[in-house]
Amino acid sequence: MALLIFATLPLLLIVGYALFAIWLERKVSAHIQDRLGPMRVGGWHGWAQTIADMLKLIQKEDIIPTNASRFLFKSAPFVLFAASYAAFSVIPFSSAYIGSSINIGVFYLLAVTSLLTLSVIMGAWASNNKWSLLGGMRTAAQMVSYEVPTIMSVLSVLVVAGSLNLMTISEMQTGNDILGFLPNWLIFQNPFLIVAFIIFFISIVAESHRVPFDLPESESELVAGFQTEYSGMRWGIFMLAEYADMLLLSLLGAVLFFGGWASPFGSYLSGPVWGFIWFMLKGLLFVFVMMWMRWTLPRYRVDQLMEICWTILIPVSFINFVLIALWEMTF
Amino acid sequence: MVQTLKKSWTTFKTIFTGMGVTMRHLLQPSVTLRYPEERDELPSGARSKLFVHIDDCIGCKLCERACPVNCIAIETVQATKDVDLGKTSTGNPKRFWITTFNIDMSKCMYCDMCVPPCPTECISMVPEYEYSEYDRNNLLFQFSELSADKVTEVKEKAEKEQEEKQRKKKEAARKKKAQKADQTSKAKQKNSEG
Repeated sequence: MALLIFATLPLLLIVGYALFAIWLERKVSAHIQDRLGPMRVGGWHGWAQTIADMLKLIQKEDIIPTNASRFLFKSAPFVLFAASYAAFSVIPFSSAYIGSSINIGVFYLLAVTSLLTLSVIMGAWASNNKWSLLGGMRTAAQMVSYEVPTIMSVLSVLVVAGSLNLMTISEMQTGNDILGFLPNWLIFQNPFLIVAFIIFFISIVAESHRVPFDLPESESELVAGFQTEYSGMRWGIFMLAEYADMLLLSLLGAVLFFGGWASPFGSYLSGPVWGFIWFMLKGLLFVFVMMWMRWTLPRYRVDQLMEICWTILIPVSFINFVLIALWEMTF
Repeated sequence: MVQTLKKSWTTFKTIFTGMGVTMRHLLQPSVTLRYPEERDELPSGARSKLFVHIDDCIGCKLCERACPVNCIAIETVQATKDVDLGKTSTGNPKRFWITTFNIDMSKCMYCDMCVPPCPTECISMVPEYEYSEYDRNNLLFQFSELSADKVTEVKEKAEKEQEEKQRKKKEAARKKKAQKADQTSKAKQKNSEG
């Protein structure tokens, strides 16, 4: 029983976060365009808008196209959500909470998130719709390509950290020792990790298919890609998983480069509860930057997307990896 | 290689320029006006609805004639001599009962041409624009304040007076004719005698 409660905590967090993030996205987009966004539901700045939307989605008819492959079509959203939810088990939310402190945490996370590609292709193919299939094929190409620079930049962090356990990586980043005042975060420990972080950030934006890499969905050309035939709560779960995926990769970035739950002020404000707050703040900051980017940049073309990945990110990340290894050997 | 690096550099630079622009807009106050709760102030002289101060109307029908689409309908009855309708706020004496003063806002084209001719400035545009209706007939605004009974009473009175006048006129005309006939006959007699 206790185990069950322990396991459901991240679920509550994800659902709460997704409701908040969708509202935030609408607010950010509105204010960037000098609008106000949802203002009516719930009183203060329409905070209950996403709750109302979710209640509406639950009531909607669950439509399955006649020629769709029913089983795959029905299960795709759940596979997608299960994959991103399973990955949360190795994220250290605070010094007192981690789902499973396994010593191959990073490897497990990267392996499980690869399932996301599978479920997107499942949904795309099972819809029996050419737009969906095109979107699914793009997703496959994109995610397979962008996993290489992600893994290379993660690998460069692991060279510095020397551990695959995310809890251990977080623990070694506590304290303020660099130059006397900077926190011991990995990004400050090695100058080449800044380059690694930039590559990592670009790749996670592509992996969580957000603008400017939102080709799988691209509502303006592919009519939402693999989501075209989905409606009601199944679509809602796709949405939820997408936002959960965004948070997951942002939190991974926070652990690998910005100290996880470590406080930026050394031992000041650093209990388990404060650790959780710091961790979520760091994660949400990246989520916010992704939203900010979404409403700034236009979408890449497929060939540009591939060109960026294969001709710039991958070579740079390999060279960077070698440089980081040399730096670690000499200092 | 140099080309690629240059291109990457431009990409980075322009991304940050764009993100700066969006951040500036994010922090700006938004331009949205939450309409039913807030309203823009209308500019002076906005044409949105016609209104008539019926107490100031002298029934000259100048506005009715000025209207290019005939949306104003006025009927007047001359006041009898025994009643004094008073004066308008601009000092013009009122001589007519205004029995109907209807403005059909569904026909009105908001040209404002009825307003300048009015000698007492009783017809004007008011800044009110939320008067849409489900039925077109509800857009017929009636400004006359006389009751139906009063209207018939006033009409009968005016007719009577008119008849009286007519009779007097006829009588006067007959008298004149008689006089004239008298004179001409006398003149003829004189001629024949002479």
